[in-house]
Amino acid sequence: MMTVSRRETRALRSSDDVVRVRQAVRQWAMAQGFSLVDQTKMVTAASELARNTVDYGGGGNVLLEALNEGSRRGLKLTFSDQGPGIADIELALRDGYTSGSGLGLGLGGARRLTNEFAIDSTPGGGTRVTITRWQCGDRR
Amino acid sequence: MERIPILQMGPFLLVSIQVDMHDQLAMTLQDDLTEQIVKARAKGVVIDISSLEVVDSFIGRILGNMAAMARVLDAETVVVGMQPAVAITLVELGLSLPGIRTALNIEKGMALLRHKLDAGGHRC
Amino acid sequence: MMSTLGKTRFPDIVNRCQPQLLADWVQNQLSAASFNNGLMRESELREQSRQFLHALGEAVEHGDLTDIEESHWDETREFLAAVSRSRALQGFTPNQTAMFVFSLKQPLFQLLRQELEKQPEALIDEILSITRLLDQLGLHTTEIYQKNREEIIYQQQQELMELSTPVVQLWQNILALPLIGTLDSARTQVVMETLLQKIVDTNAAIAIIDITGVPTVDTLVAQHLLKTVAAARLMGADCIISGIRPQIALTIVHLGVDLTDVITKATLADAFAIALQRTGASVAAAERA
Repeated sequence: MMTVSRRETRALRSSDDVVRVRQAVRQWAMAQGFSLVDQTKMVTAASELARNTVDYGGGGNVLLEALNEGSRRGLKLTFSDQGPGIADIELALRDGYTSGSGLGLGLGGARRLTNEFAIDSTPGGGTRVTITRWQCGDRR
Repeated sequence: MERIPILQMGPFLLVSIQVDMHDQLAMTLQDDLTEQIVKARAKGVVIDISSLEVVDSFIGRILGNMAAMARVLDAETVVVGMQPAVAITLVELGLSLPGIRTALNIEKGMALLRHKLDAGGHRC
Repeated sequence: MMSTLGKTRFPDIVNRCQPQLLADWVQNQLSAASFNNGLMRESELREQSRQFLHALGEAVEHGDLTDIEESHWDETREFLAAVSRSRALQGFTPNQTAMFVFSLKQPLFQLLRQELEKQPEALIDEILSITRLLDQLGLHTTEIYQKNREEIIYQQQQELMELSTPVVQLWQNILALPLIGTLDSARTQVVMETLLQKIVDTNAAIAIIDITGVPTVDTLVAQHLLKTVAAARLMGADCIISGIRPQIALTIVHLGVDLTDVITKATLADAFAIALQRTGASVAAAERA
C-alpha cells in the first residue's frame, strides 16, 4: 500500500524560485533517507524541470509528495504550468533537442536521473511532468 | 547586486563558487570573468566548485562557456573540487564537460596551470 | 455450544475428535512417500501436528472459515509461518512444506464421511469449505517459505557487495580497485561511489580499475566502467583499466564499445608502472650491499 506522508505545493515564477525548490527537494530527499548520490540526482532532475517550468512554461508550480510503500520511501514531484505545451514529446525527450538556450538535456536528463517519469502535454494546454525516485534507487 | 568574487593570484584568476547560484547570478559571473581576464591579462583560471552540491545542465553550460571564452582570450581554465555525487549525476545526465580541464583541488589546479605556463604552451 | 454455530460441523469434528484426527493424520504423513524421514524426528512431527490442530480448533470456534487474513486466524498463520521457516532450514522443499497442511484433508474427510453418512449434500458443502480453507493455509506456508528464501538471498547479496569492493592505496596518489565477480548495475553503483569518495579522501591522481577477476563484460558493464572513468575525470583524476583478458577485449570490440579515451593496460603491474611514471615517481632496482 502506497501512502503519501507529506504534501506541499510551491510556486515557480522566477529563477530564485528554482533555487528555493532545489533546496526544498534536498531537504525532503534527506528526510526520506536518500543517500547523498540519490539526493543529488533528484535535486538535479528537479532543477532541470523547475527551470523548464519557469523559462518555457511561463511559470507554474511544483507539488512535492513524500511516499511510503512498505519499508521503502520515495519522493514524487509534479511540475505543472499553463504554458504553450510541447507539440512533439518524443522529440523534446531526445538529447540535444532544445527550443531555448539550454543544452537540451533537461527532459531526457531528468528521465535518466529518476526511477519513474511521466509527461503530459498538449499544445496550448500546458505541461505536466511527474518524476519519482525511490531510496537507494532499488525497486524492491 | 549579488556577485561571485574573482580573485587574482599572480597570472591566474581564482573563482570560488560558494553559493547555490540562481541563473542570473551565473550569467553575471560569466560576464565578469570575461572582463576580468582581459583586464588582468590572466593566463589561467581556476574555478572551485567544491561547495556546489548541484550542477545541472544550465550550470554545466555556463562552465563550458567560461572555459571556451577564456581559451579565446588565451587563458586556460581548470574546474576543481567537483564532489563525487555531483560527478556521478553529471555523467548520468549525459554531461561530460568536454574541453574543460579538471583537478581535485585548488592547489592541484594551480600546479596544472603553472606547469602549462612553464612549458610555454597552454593547449594540450 | 458448538452445534449452535450454524450449519458447519467442522469445528465440532476438529475439537471433539482431535485425538483420533491427530493419530490418523500423523500416520498418514509418516507413510507418505513425500515425507523425508531423515530431515526431522517423528516426535517433532507429532508435536507440530498437535499444535496445528489445536490452533485450528481454536480458530474455527470463532466462526468464519472463508478468509484466513482475519484476526482470529492470526495464531494459526503465525504457527504455520514458524513451521515453514523451520522446515526451510531443515531442507524440506516448498512442496513438502505445503503438504503438511494438505495432508490433513484425507483423515478429515474420512471422519466427515462417517459423521455425515446420511446427508450427502451437507457432506459436499463441508468438503468444499474445508478444502478452500486448507488450500489457503497451505499456500500461506509456501508464501512464507518463498519470502524467507528471498530475504536470505538479499542479505547474501548485500554482504557480497560490501566484501567485493576494496579500494586500496598502492602508492602516494595511486589507488587500485581490484574487481572480482560479475558486475551488475547495483554493484557498479556501489563500486563507483566507493572509488570516487576514496579519490577525494586520499587526493589520488590516478585510480587503477583491475578487471582480471571479472568473468564477462557485456555492453552494460562496459558502459558502467566508462561512466566511472568519466565521473573520475570530472573530479580531476585519471583512471586506468587493467587486466582485460583476450576474450573480453574481443567482446568489447564486437560490442562496439568505444574505449579510445580510456587508458587500458594488460596487467595491473603495467598499469602501476604507467601510474608511477605519470605521478612523477620511478622504479629502479636497488643495488644490494
